[in-house]
Amino acid sequence: MFEFYDVKYKDVLDLPKLEIEQEEITTLVGASGSGKTTILRMLNKLISPTQGRIIFNGTDLRQINSVAHRRTVSMLSQSPAIFEGSIRDNLNAGLRFQERELPSDKELNHILEQVKLSKSLENSANTLSGGEKQRLALGRILLLNSKVYLLDEPSSALDDETEEMIIQMLTEHVKREKKTIVMVTHSKAIAEKYSDTIIEISKGRCLTRRCNDEGNN
Amino acid sequence: MKGIIDLTASQVVLAYLFVIIVLVIIRIRGINREKEILISSFRMTLQLILTGYILVYVFRYPNPFITGGIIILMEAFSIYTIFRKFKGKLSAPLKKVVVISMSIGTLSCLLYFLLVIVRITPWYNPQYFVPIAGMLVGNSMTGISLGIRSLIEGMTTQKALVEEALILGATPQVATRNIINSTFDAAILPTIQSMVGMGIVFLPGMMTGQILSGTSPTTAIAYQIAIMFGILGAVALTVIIMLQLGYRTFFNKEDQLYEV
Repeated sequence: MFEFYDVKYKDVLDLPKLEIEQEEITTLVGASGSGKTTILRMLNKLISPTQGRIIFNGTDLRQINSVAHRRTVSMLSQSPAIFEGSIRDNLNAGLRFQERELPSDKELNHILEQVKLSKSLENSANTLSGGEKQRLALGRILLLNSKVYLLDEPSSALDDETEEMIIQMLTEHVKREKKTIVMVTHSKAIAEKYSDTIIEISKGRCLTRRCNDEGNN
Repeated sequence: MKGIIDLTASQVVLAYLFVIIVLVIIRIRGINREKEILISSFRMTLQLILTGYILVYVFRYPNPFITGGIIILMEAFSIYTIFRKFKGKLSAPLKKVVVISMSIGTLSCLLYFLLVIVRITPWYNPQYFVPIAGMLVGNSMTGISLGIRSLIEGMTTQKALVEEALILGATPQVATRNIINSTFDAAILPTIQSMVGMGIVFLPGMMTGQILSGTSPTTAIAYQIAIMFGILGAVALTVIIMLQLGYRTFFNKEDQLYEV
């Protein structure tokens, strides 16, 4: 799905070759500052390589319109920004930006259940805790029903139990709907348990890329 | 209606008493501003005397090139003032946007005001062109100064929200909509507020000048109403052109935010 050829980004990344497979869960692991988030931002076309090229489904990413690409490949950043307004406003934000039909309250409440957020749709989003905001942002991108999800530490603000539940829900969703996930995580346990492929990044370089036979295949 | 009483040079000198009063007050209070007040008072006097003599010549021998030259000078000076007064560094593309928005916004309103509303003859009559241009350009300059500061502040403090909107599939225009709307509001608010107080709280300068020179108050009011709408139009047009072109300078061709 994504192929990297001699990709460099300033002095942060140097990836001669890297592949990310379709309909798989790929996990990027590595120390903080190793360039994992930079890779996700490139995959979302928030930034472009300073050198080299990234191919997405056979087309050079530079030739794909960025806005259209971001509507196919949804990203959850590590500290997602929450917009002024209610939980409903925030859940609908992406759909509004993409001028798509808004879901019913029933569907919105179902998403809240999925991300383990037991709050009213009318509640102000800015009063939520860090972990709740992260789950709200996750619900927001799940509603977009994209082909690809890029998740930057999707459970960093969650306790272990909620983290496990959320990741399990995500992996089930992805397998059922034949979607692709590229996920950055600090947790080796999560990576080992749920990913099809684990890529280890260190100092902007790919150290190892291995298929995870023990993963949730 | 009687014409205006001529002020002789000695009478103008008497007005300097006000400056002396201010100097005495700040000396007593120990406020260190004497130098600035003296320099600005003399500078203003010299500038206005010089402008007066130039205008006497320009009005006596009307010429489209001289009128055009004065308008260009006004535009250039106002743009220079916007750049100079901005605290911080304006990017080259944003400077270009200021030049374009000031030129198109003020000139189009000026031409509409003079040629369609007032219908001056000859079409380059400097007696109308110069003062009306001064008001439109001056107010637009204030609007752009406020607008550019608010735009940069908004793009800096709300960068995370703009980026989040991009991530969620918004176009740059949609992602910056709130910043653009609040900037537009901040930039035209002083003009709207001055319209509200006009005629009750204060008599505007142009109207006062016309009444002093013997123009009927109703004519002066008609001019004042028209010029206020002209100012509102010019400020709104320059600011909206600046914003429509300006927000793009924060993005590259690939709709990515420039890293600040």
